[in-house]
Amino acid sequence: MFKIIKIAWRNIWRNKLRSSVVMISIILGLWSGLFILAMTYGLNEQRIDGAINTVLSHIQIHNPDFLNDQKINDTIINKEFVLNSIKNTDKVYKFTERLISTGMVSNAKGSYGIQLTGINPDTEKQVTEIYSKLIDGEYFTKLKRNPAVIGEKLAKKMKLKLNSKIIVTLQNTKGDLTNAAFRIEGIFKTQNTIFDETTIFVRKTDLSKIIGLTNGQIHEIAIVGKSLEDSKLIANNLKNIDKLNKIQTWSEISPELGYAQEMMSTFLIIFMGIVLMALSFGIINSMLMAVLERKKELGMLMAIGMKKRSIFIMITFETIFLTLIAAPIGLLFSYISIEYFAKHGIDLSNFASGLESLGIGAIIHTYLPVKMYFEVSLLTVLVAFISSLFPARRALKLNPAEAIKSL
Amino acid sequence: MNNIVIKTNNLSKIYHQGEIEVNALNNVSCEFQKGEFTAIVGPSGSGKTTFLNIIGGLDSPTSGYVQIADVNISKLKSSKLIDFRLHNIGFIFQAYNLIPVLTAKENVEFIMLLQGTDKEYRNKRTHDLLEEVGLGELVNRRPTQLSGGQQQRVAVARALASKPRFILADEPTANLDSKSTTQLLDIMAKLNEEEGTTFIFSTHDQRVIDRAKRIIVLEDGKIVEDKK
Ligand SMILES: Nc1ncnc2c1ncn2[C@@H]1O[C@H](COP(=O)(O)OP(=O)(O)OP(=O)(O)O)[C@@H](O)[C@H]1O
Ligand SMILES: [Mg+2]
Repeated sequence: MFKIIKIAWRNIWRNKLRSSVVMISIILGLWSGLFILAMTYGLNEQRIDGAINTVLSHIQIHNPDFLNDQKINDTIINKEFVLNSIKNTDKVYKFTERLISTGMVSNAKGSYGIQLTGINPDTEKQVTEIYSKLIDGEYFTKLKRNPAVIGEKLAKKMKLKLNSKIIVTLQNTKGDLTNAAFRIEGIFKTQNTIFDETTIFVRKTDLSKIIGLTNGQIHEIAIVGKSLEDSKLIANNLKNIDKLNKIQTWSEISPELGYAQEMMSTFLIIFMGIVLMALSFGIINSMLMAVLERKKELGMLMAIGMKKRSIFIMITFETIFLTLIAAPIGLLFSYISIEYFAKHGIDLSNFASGLESLGIGAIIHTYLPVKMYFEVSLLTVLVAFISSLFPARRALKLNPAEAIKSL
Repeated sequence: MNNIVIKTNNLSKIYHQGEIEVNALNNVSCEFQKGEFTAIVGPSGSGKTTFLNIIGGLDSPTSGYVQIADVNISKLKSSKLIDFRLHNIGFIFQAYNLIPVLTAKENVEFIMLLQGTDKEYRNKRTHDLLEEVGLGELVNRRPTQLSGGQQQRVAVARALASKPRFILADEPTANLDSKSTTQLLDIMAKLNEEEGTTFIFSTHDQRVIDRAKRIIVLEDGKIVEDKK
């Protein structure tokens, strides 16, 4: 048995060109598979991170009715109790209060539907990163009266600059339409152009006066945990304490982020399927040639008394050896390139306008969980192994007399 | 008393080449005794290779049977037959006798590995056999580093290694020059004389025919002459 494996090992060095072709296709298959995987993973991570860091946070609390039709009067129930519960909940890092109001913004260029988010700048900064995404102006530090921070896309559309004035039309608590003027203090740019086009940040205190909410009532509490993984745990703990308000994790608030992940994994499965199929065909083809080229030798081995099982094992091992040499090399290349682009990013500015409207951003940082390295390698080795069975089976069909005669 | 190693009974082999039937062997019955040194001769296409392949269990007859040491090998299943060949028959082919990635020593050893003999025995026998065929110096060379004649001598050593009942050789000297042919025949004859090894070989070469103790002449798949 050991000798047979040794022969298989030596056999793969007989036709160096063919062995190289097989190994290179395994390396390329593994590499391209893992790299595309890392790109899509990175893309998705970035999308989720982007959404979480700009607005979503890890957990949000609302009045359940507010979620249905965003009525101004549906504010958080028992706010003080809820805030106290949050403070006393394990793993909570920071939280912030928000007011939310949909309405219209208008100037000479036209009117557009927007969402006005009233925030407490000091605590908001601890929860989201909009303040670090400013491309112009400041984040609620300068202006005394009704400052607003808007997205770049909206600013461009309405030709707004710093200190430009905008008029927003909102509904107040009595159901009447009311107008208010704001002045642009800062312009931000995130990876998500739709968000940049429809979101206006203002001070919570300013907004509450306009819509007529008193007593510090709020619509939304956004919470970040010490780590994203704690979201579920924190949400569950809060649900046990606060049964009146609706408590949701980021994935419950924005299920489309999860759908995207599912869609991507379907795409990835198809992609990997194609790569592995190509790989399998390559291996079968090359190794079949290796068998047919050695007809006489294999016939001689059968003639002198080598069992079919041994011949089968020998040929299978030839493929396995090639795979075992190539797979680590492919893994190494994948690891190096994925790590490199994780740091430096892949610049897709040429296609970026499309990507940014999906909330992705122009530069993709590759990312691949360690377990995917294992799974894909395992799959590759498995496919190589299965592919090796066909040429080996072909060898068994040889008739020694015929094989020797074919001089 | 029973010195018969091989007995063939009404062996026929019909090949189909498209529409045409080729009678490669036609009712061949004969016996081979232990210790014989037999040449199978005849014109090209007379059925020599077919005959040797069927005796050696590499091919099966269309009708008739081959009996070796009370076993009707024409009835054995493929896996049993492989095992039977391993323990009972030695083969020397015209070419492609050796495993290219193994050295001379490893090639000889290989067949004993297949038989499952122990290491000490293997080493000694490999050494002795390679000495006997005059390759004691070249044991670590691979086939590509040996001449055609040297390769055939390794093949003889390999064929003997399994202690077969007889050795079949289909035109073993066809690719050799006259000097190597003589060397190989000397070795085969010596093994036959001194150790009683039974050889059956086919050939076209008159010098080889001259060394044979028994000559079977085939023509159109029939034995037309059998002289001892
Ligand atoms: N696989 C096959 N299919 C069809 N016909 C075959 C096959 N093998 C041999 N034959 C035919 O059987 C006959 C005997 O062939 P065989 O090879 O036994 O002759 P041979 O005496 O060994 O010839 P040579 O001296 O050329 O080696 C020939 O007519 C040959 O064409
Ligand atoms: Mg022949």
